[in-house]
Amino acid sequence: MSDKIDLDRIYAPSEDIVVREIEGEIVIVPLVSGIGDMEDELFTLNETGRDIWNKIDGSRTVAAVIRELAEEYEAPAGLLEGDVAGLLEELLVRKMVVEKE
Amino acid sequence: MTGTAYVKKIRSGEARLWPSRRPPLTRLDIELTERCNNDCIHCSVNRPAGDREARAREWGAESWKKLLDEAAALGCLVVRLTGGEPLLRDDFGEIYIHARRLGLRVMIFTNAALMTPGLARLLKDMPPLEAVEVSVYGMKEHTYEAVTRTPGSFDAFRRGLGLLREHGVPFIVKGAVLPATRGEMDEFEAWAAGLPGAAGLPSYALLFDLRSRRDGRKNALISSLRTDADEFVRVSRRHGEEAVGEWRDFCARSGGGRGGRLFSCLPSGGSAAVDPYGRLQYCLGLRHPATVYDLAAGSLREAVTEFLPAVRDMRSAGPAYLERCGRCFLKGLCEQCPAKSWAEHGTLDTPVEYFCGIAHAQAVAAGLLEPGEKAWAVTDEAARTKRRR
Ligand code: SF4
Ligand code: SF4
Repeated sequence: MSDKIDLDRIYAPSEDIVVREIEGEIVIVPLVSGIGDMEDELFTLNETGRDIWNKIDGSRTVAAVIRELAEEYEAPAGLLEGDVAGLLEELLVRKMVVEKE
Repeated sequence: MTGTAYVKKIRSGEARLWPSRRPPLTRLDIELTERCNNDCIHCSVNRPAGDREARAREWGAESWKKLLDEAAALGCLVVRLTGGEPLLRDDFGEIYIHARRLGLRVMIFTNAALMTPGLARLLKDMPPLEAVEVSVYGMKEHTYEAVTRTPGSFDAFRRGLGLLREHGVPFIVKGAVLPATRGEMDEFEAWAAGLPGAAGLPSYALLFDLRSRRDGRKNALISSLRTDADEFVRVSRRHGEEAVGEWRDFCARSGGGRGGRLFSCLPSGGSAAVDPYGRLQYCLGLRHPATVYDLAAGSLREAVTEFLPAVRDMRSAGPAYLERCGRCFLKGLCEQCPAKSWAEHGTLDTPVEYFCGIAHAQAVAAGLLEPGEKAWAVTDEAARTKRRR
C-alpha cells in the first residue's frame, strides 16, 4: 500500500467538484478554481477508476473499498490495493476527494 | 484490475467522450435577453435596455434553472449565455451559479460594460471553464461609440475588461470590421496580442447577419455596413495565404450541396438554442415558425430527440435552391443556410446573393473558380479541388 494512503481512512468526493454520469462515463467537472491546470479542463476516469470511484462515497474505509472490490472481482485484495491507492493519490493531488474526519 | 492514469483530462474542445453513443444534447445556447445597454449599428438582435415589454416576456430565473436541470440530465456539457447583453439581467449570477453547480461549462458572450467587482470575483472563484468572450467595438472612444451609439460605453467596457484582468478571469476579445473600425485593425491586433492569455490573432465579425426577427427596422442599415466580397478576401489575406488554403481544403473535404437537404451545418445530436421567451430553435438565427418549438408546451427532451431531428431532415423543393445550392460545391464554405435565408427572405431555402458573392470570391481566390464562373454549374469540382491542393 502507498505511504500516503492509510487503509483506515475514509475519503469522500470534494464539494469543489461536480460529478456527472453521462452515457456511462463519469465526468468530473471542477467547480472552483485550482482543480485543473487550465481553464477549460474536465476529467474522466478509466474503467478501473470508475469502479473504484463508485465506492469512494464517504462511508467506507479504504480497506472496505478494497475488500468489496475483491469480492466483486473475485480477485485477491493484494492485487487491488495498488489500483485503489493509485486512484486516490491522483484524486488527492487534484483536490477531487477529501479525507473524512 | 490494472490501471495507470486513472484520471484522464479532457480539454473542452476535444471532448471525445462518446466515440459511439453521444448524449442527445451536448451544448445549449441561451439568449437570456434581446435587450442591450448598447445600440450597435450592426446588431442583429438588440432591443433597448429598458424595453419593458421584452423584459416582461423574458423567462425568469426559475424557468431557466429548470431548463438547465433538464439540459444536464440530457448530458449537456456546455451552455452559452448570450443576448443582447446577458449581464443586463440582474439574475445573471443566480443562473450562472446554477449552471456551474450542475457541472456545466459556461460560455459567456458579453460587451463587458456591465461587469461588476462581485461578478468578476464570482467568475474567478467559480470559473466558467471557458474563456469569457468580449466583443470590442473600437480602440478609441469616438470609434467605439460610433458603433455602439451609447455615450459612456467605451469607458464602461474598459472598466469591465479591467475587472476581468484584475481578477485573473480568462477572456478573449473579438473585433468587428465596421466603417469606424476598419482603420484600427492593426492597432486592435497589437493590443489584443498584449492581453493575458492571448493566443493567435483575434477573430472579427465581418459578415453581418440581418435581424432574424425580421423587424426590418435596421436591415437596410446593416446591409449598408457589410463588407463586400473583395474586401472580405483582402481582410482574410492580411496575414498571408493561410485562410485561402483553409477554404481550398474545406471545399476538398466537404461534400458540397446535397440535393434538397437544407441543413449541412449541424452535426447529428448536439446543440440547440433557446430564445429569451423559452422557444427552442436549431440555432439562434433560425426563427422560421416551422423550426421553432415552444418549451412551455413541451419538454427539452422531446425538443431535442424528436423535434430537432425532424427539422434537420427538412428538404427543399424550391427550384432556385435545387438548381443552385443543391448542387453547389461551395455549400458549406458559403454562409448561406436556412437561418440566413430566413433573415433575408423569410423562407428557408432562398439563395442569399450576398453570401453567394462572398463564397464565389473565396473560390476565385483559392483558384477553384475563374472570375465570372458559377459554382453550381461546375461539373469537375473533384478535379479542381484535388489539383489545387
Ligand atoms: S453590444 Fe452586442 S448585443 Fe449589444 S447592441 Fe452591440 S452587438 Fe448588439
Ligand atoms: S455559393 Fe451560392 S449557390 Fe453555392 S451554396 Fe452559396 S448561395 Fe448557394
